[in-house]
Amino acid sequence: MTLDKLSKGESAIITAIHANRELKNRFNSFGLVKGARISVEERSLGKKTIRVRINKTRIALRSAEAEKIEVKA
Amino acid sequence: MNDVAKHQSGRKIIKVALVGQPNVGKSALINSIGNARLKVGNFSGVTVKKEVVRFVRGDYEFKITDLPGSYSLTDYTIEERVTKKYLDEDEYDLILNVVDSTNIERNLYLTTELLALNKKIVIALNMTDEAVNEGVHINEQQLSKILGARCVKTSALKKTGIDELIDAIIETYNSKLPDLHLQFSEPFEEEIANIVDFLQAKKFQCKISLKALAIKLLREDRQAYQRFHEEPIWIELLPIINKAYQHLYLHYGTKDLEDIFNDEKNAVAKGAVAETVVFEKDNRLSLTDKIDALLMHQVVGLPIFLFMMWGLFQLTFDIGSIPMDWIDAFFVALIDGTKNFLGHTELASVIADGAIAGVGAVVLFLPNIIILFFGIALLETTGYMSRVAFLLDGFFHKFGLHGKSFIPLVTGFGCSVPAYMASRTLKNDRDRLLTLFIIGFMSCGARLPIYVLFVGAFFAEHHAGNILFLIYISGALLGILAAKILKMTVFKGKDEPFVMEMPKYRLPSFKLIWHTVSGQALMYLKKAGTFILMASVLVWFASNYPKQPELEQAYQIKIEQAADDAQAKALSNELALSKLENSYLGMIGHASEPFFAPLGYDWRMAVALETGLAAKEVVVATLGVLYGLGDDITEQHTGLIEKIRENISLPAGISFIVFVMIYLPCLAASMVFMREAGGWKYLGYLFIFTTVTAWLLSFAAFHITRMLV
Repeated sequence: MTLDKLSKGESAIITAIHANRELKNRFNSFGLVKGARISVEERSLGKKTIRVRINKTRIALRSAEAEKIEVKA
Repeated sequence: MNDVAKHQSGRKIIKVALVGQPNVGKSALINSIGNARLKVGNFSGVTVKKEVVRFVRGDYEFKITDLPGSYSLTDYTIEERVTKKYLDEDEYDLILNVVDSTNIERNLYLTTELLALNKKIVIALNMTDEAVNEGVHINEQQLSKILGARCVKTSALKKTGIDELIDAIIETYNSKLPDLHLQFSEPFEEEIANIVDFLQAKKFQCKISLKALAIKLLREDRQAYQRFHEEPIWIELLPIINKAYQHLYLHYGTKDLEDIFNDEKNAVAKGAVAETVVFEKDNRLSLTDKIDALLMHQVVGLPIFLFMMWGLFQLTFDIGSIPMDWIDAFFVALIDGTKNFLGHTELASVIADGAIAGVGAVVLFLPNIIILFFGIALLETTGYMSRVAFLLDGFFHKFGLHGKSFIPLVTGFGCSVPAYMASRTLKNDRDRLLTLFIIGFMSCGARLPIYVLFVGAFFAEHHAGNILFLIYISGALLGILAAKILKMTVFKGKDEPFVMEMPKYRLPSFKLIWHTVSGQALMYLKKAGTFILMASVLVWFASNYPKQPELEQAYQIKIEQAADDAQAKALSNELALSKLENSYLGMIGHASEPFFAPLGYDWRMAVALETGLAAKEVVVATLGVLYGLGDDITEQHTGLIEKIRENISLPAGISFIVFVMIYLPCLAASMVFMREAGGWKYLGYLFIFTTVTAWLLSFAAFHITRMLV
């Protein structure tokens, strides 16, 4: 399953990240890494963007980016 | 390691590189140091703001360079590139790493990268007060031991720990560089040890510690390899490194060294937190979560934002008008006084009607600009701005823009110059160029005077705020539409990813806001003082020369023979007008009249638009000179608004507003645009694009209004 499939309030563990080097580095510096628990806090109208939370960091990303993150419940 | 720099007073100079992730209170921390002198400049080659703070403590003089906020030492954003380059290449004695105690694990990720540089480091655990409130307790002594660097708890807000921090810097400065403390996982450490052992056996000499060097080699650091290529031991070293790679690949199940190293950094940060931080179980919803539940809400989030923007513009207009009256009164008195003092000479005219009137028109709008900048700074410092990017990305993305484009675009409402600079947060060139091209559609503060003048002339006072809001919103919508068209034609291609931190909401620091607002207000005034002053005098000259003695004489006789005062006055106005029409300015205006005629403009309006290419503030000043000269201002001051109402029809006025909304921004902004876009040709494109759009839409506005009225 990928991150964009989670609904508001659900959380999961990241199992893999399929992104290019730059995006992966950015994810990394936000703590968005394999093994981290991630939860979806809000989705914007039309589900274009989602807001997730890892530990204490809130991150906004597009569904297109969320598709690159694989998670399991 | 480096020579001790000494001040002429005998004080030792400590050069500190201040590094931290965004929103950790880095600037607030150095601002809370008393007696500090701040110098603002740019990092060489780029226009990223560079702030250097100097202050003296005992025998030491501190020179702290505030590096731009960076999540990690990568090349992702221009800020991170600047920080990385500075840390790699510039000279400094130690790194002061500011971390957010409430989010320590993520912050320590950057710290591990800094530790790998093998420089002297002091770590400020900032926002300690907030962390304690949230139940985050850090054992800083333990953390200092693990990281091999002094950690000091500080709070910029409560001004605690500042002295301890300075003492720690002095102590670290005076002690020798400790061995690299960074402890990676066992397999990684094993490979490092192998390389270090070999280098030691070979008695290899190096500026940084051997462990740091080994890490660089394992990270495939280009510079380290280039250096080693020249060394004879390279032949022997190569197989050792090769073997190390094979081991690591096997152990981590990937051949991506950067992945491996990132995993290691995360593990270090995680490990350090596990050993030194106690998290009290806190099930309460944080304040930020509560606010976000409302402000980022699917349905109500956007209307709240629009309401706030609307409120900001109302405030700009209503509150701003109070000091504007005072400023207006002051300059009118100053013009009168100057003329009375100097007599009615040519010199008095150039000073009063040219210089003072021009600059007065600029200063008049300072209150509006301060309020607008204040509002934007408030959005930024509270953390709301990034929420807005989240709320708007869905919408903006449809038009080929990025949620982050919102930030430069909204800054564009203040001034195009910082807006063009702010577009650098967009990493993708195509996204950035697209944003740059439409920033001009967001009406800047300098255009506000023109709108205020025309709205005041054609609409009732109680409608003014609404009309003004309408102007701004329709400009923004036009810009977004233009973006869509450009995206489909010129800027086709892949989008930049949208990944953004939503920082915690924080009460704004009025000191920091004042810092920003006063800086921008000063920049505006500086423009008024130099550029616009020159432009005003130039406009005065162009409108008073060449002199026409015959015409004046002829009219003088007619005026003397006039039957009554009314006729005399009408004649003298006629004279003033024909003098203007035959001046250089009139000639320029007449020459471009055919171009502007379909839009309903007379030559005066054409001239005003042309001088507006220098600076938008000059448009009002030009109109002031062009319409003000017919009158004897000292006796019967009717005001520019009435002049506009008398001389310009409503359709032409609206068409004029539309033209001003769209056409090329001022000279200063154009120069910045050229630099940010990366060449003169882009400025050429922008000129053609904006002029054609402005002309077509003004044409439409003129004819539609004429049909309706």
